[in-house]
Amino acid sequence: MADIALTPAKSQIREATSWDQLKHNRNWLGFWFMVPAMAFLILFLAYPLGLGIWLSFTDTKIGRVGQFIGYENYEWLWDDGVFWLSVFNTLLYTFLASAIKFGIGLYLALLLNENMPFKAMLRAAVLIPFIVPTVLSALAFWWIFDSQFSIISWSLKQMGLITQNINFLGDTTWARICVIFANIWRGVPFVAITLLAGLQTVSPSLYEAATLDGASRWQMFRHITYPLLTPIIAVVMTFSVLFTFTDFQLIWAMTRGGPVNATHLMATLSYQRAIIGGQLGEGAAIASAMIPFLLAAIMISWFGLQRRKWQQGENND
Amino acid sequence: MTDLPTTHVNLKGVLTSSAPTADHSEGMSYLQSVPRRLVTLYLPLSIIVFVLLFPFYWMALTAVKPDAQLLDMDTYSPFWTWNPTFKHFYKLLFESHYPMWLWNTMYVAVCATFLSIVASVLAAYAIVRLRYRGANLVGGLIFLAYLVPPSILFIPLATVVFQYGLFDSPLALILTYPTILIPFSTWLLMGYFKTIPFELEECALIDGASRWQILIKIVLPLAIPGLISAFIFCFTLCWNEFIYALTFLQSVQNKTVPVAIVNEFVDGDVYRWGSLMAGALAGSLPLVILYAFFVEHYVSAMTGAVKE
Repeated sequence: MADIALTPAKSQIREATSWDQLKHNRNWLGFWFMVPAMAFLILFLAYPLGLGIWLSFTDTKIGRVGQFIGYENYEWLWDDGVFWLSVFNTLLYTFLASAIKFGIGLYLALLLNENMPFKAMLRAAVLIPFIVPTVLSALAFWWIFDSQFSIISWSLKQMGLITQNINFLGDTTWARICVIFANIWRGVPFVAITLLAGLQTVSPSLYEAATLDGASRWQMFRHITYPLLTPIIAVVMTFSVLFTFTDFQLIWAMTRGGPVNATHLMATLSYQRAIIGGQLGEGAAIASAMIPFLLAAIMISWFGLQRRKWQQGENND
Repeated sequence: MTDLPTTHVNLKGVLTSSAPTADHSEGMSYLQSVPRRLVTLYLPLSIIVFVLLFPFYWMALTAVKPDAQLLDMDTYSPFWTWNPTFKHFYKLLFESHYPMWLWNTMYVAVCATFLSIVASVLAAYAIVRLRYRGANLVGGLIFLAYLVPPSILFIPLATVVFQYGLFDSPLALILTYPTILIPFSTWLLMGYFKTIPFELEECALIDGASRWQILIKIVLPLAIPGLISAFIFCFTLCWNEFIYALTFLQSVQNKTVPVAIVNEFVDGDVYRWGSLMAGALAGSLPLVILYAFFVEHYVSAMTGAVKE
């Protein structure tokens, strides 16, 4: 807008040269300002994304350029039990972890929203699992879930609840429970603090009015808190589902997909096949197979939660 | 994606509850009796906080326990030790490549963060303020880039990195991390730039300032809180990144802390738990200290994507 005001004054002085055009034309300026960011994103994100899909149609191996082989990688995967197991694990992991993260996160947010001493300190402390690098906290869990020296086994034995050590990461069911637990542990602070930020915007007068009308605590949550929080919940859960679905580091640091592939996610399986196994093409096919699931997951969590808002006839503010 | 809900969240109020206007939680808590609050509030809260913080206690305790006590849970109580030792830390610092790994992580994180912030500042300013043709579309695309996860990209990126001759060099990480950092910090900074009054820029334009001068002398100084948030978040993400570092680096002395600790402290079947936990603790400390100083900024960065 300011540009428009400026141009007539300038043109009276001298004709705008093409250099001036480059310097002052908003579209060109915008272009120059975008160059660094776009260069990174095109070279190291858009191009690899396309290349990855292309690789999934080739038989590339490490150290050998591949040839186009059509759908062959996908056909192999279709008959590959381990691949389907990893799909199942990924869905189970994403669904359980996200749902529980949401439940506990919301509960924790409601608790932290109460008035109590040392509130600020408590809120800051709760976030720490989110800040510490995932791999390093995964190592702590690795140690906590150690087959021989697990503190959990020890405590349960002291209480007389079990006689044998639980083989946490060596048993398929336990291993799944453990990695899901660790993921929840890491994700709850993010959900809780973000929802807490949302809760703070809800006006207390709404609750006061509801109390006067004789609403119960549950009714207040159901008809005031939850509807007002929906937009934030939609965003938080979309991110949560997205990052849980594509999780790699937690699994790799704790179990590397074992025991007997019981905790292999699609991301870890694609790493194992592509980088350790050297089958870049096949690994790329597994990674590309994540894309439709990912789109579906984003759509469901995003639109599923957004729809509620449209139904209530609110506008997007 | 420009139709993201603009939920105006009071982020400062979340952690610093002292601001009276920001905090509505006084609410009607006075209506509840003390025993009832004990059961409905303090008990569940302490259980959750205990679970959230216990692994760190356990990490710290393991890091200072003598080896003999670590593996003998019958004679010694596992929950405490009376003879803490710094042997594990000593080994970590003087008998391993740990200082090197720490330096690598720091170097990569600082460079990648710097590059990303420069690129993001320019991009965010252009999208919000220049509003060139297609700015909204580009803004949406950048947001979409945030949704592309590294675990889909690492295989093709590995081939790209290899082609460019960057394999096993920190430069590979410095150049690839910005793809994770730029979308987020651009989005975050766009929010901050929007809050700066347009009139300031108009005045400067009339006075003959160029766009570049406006950006450097007016917009950036006013957006410092946003820059700090973006910096902290980028730095944390770099420190946390694992899959690229695992894939693109090979030699022991080039590794970053997370990758090195996972791979280098396990000799076959022998887990050096003391060193592992000392390494994990020492690798987390820089971030926790940074976080302690900038809690507010950190939270606003974290919820930045939600805010806009």
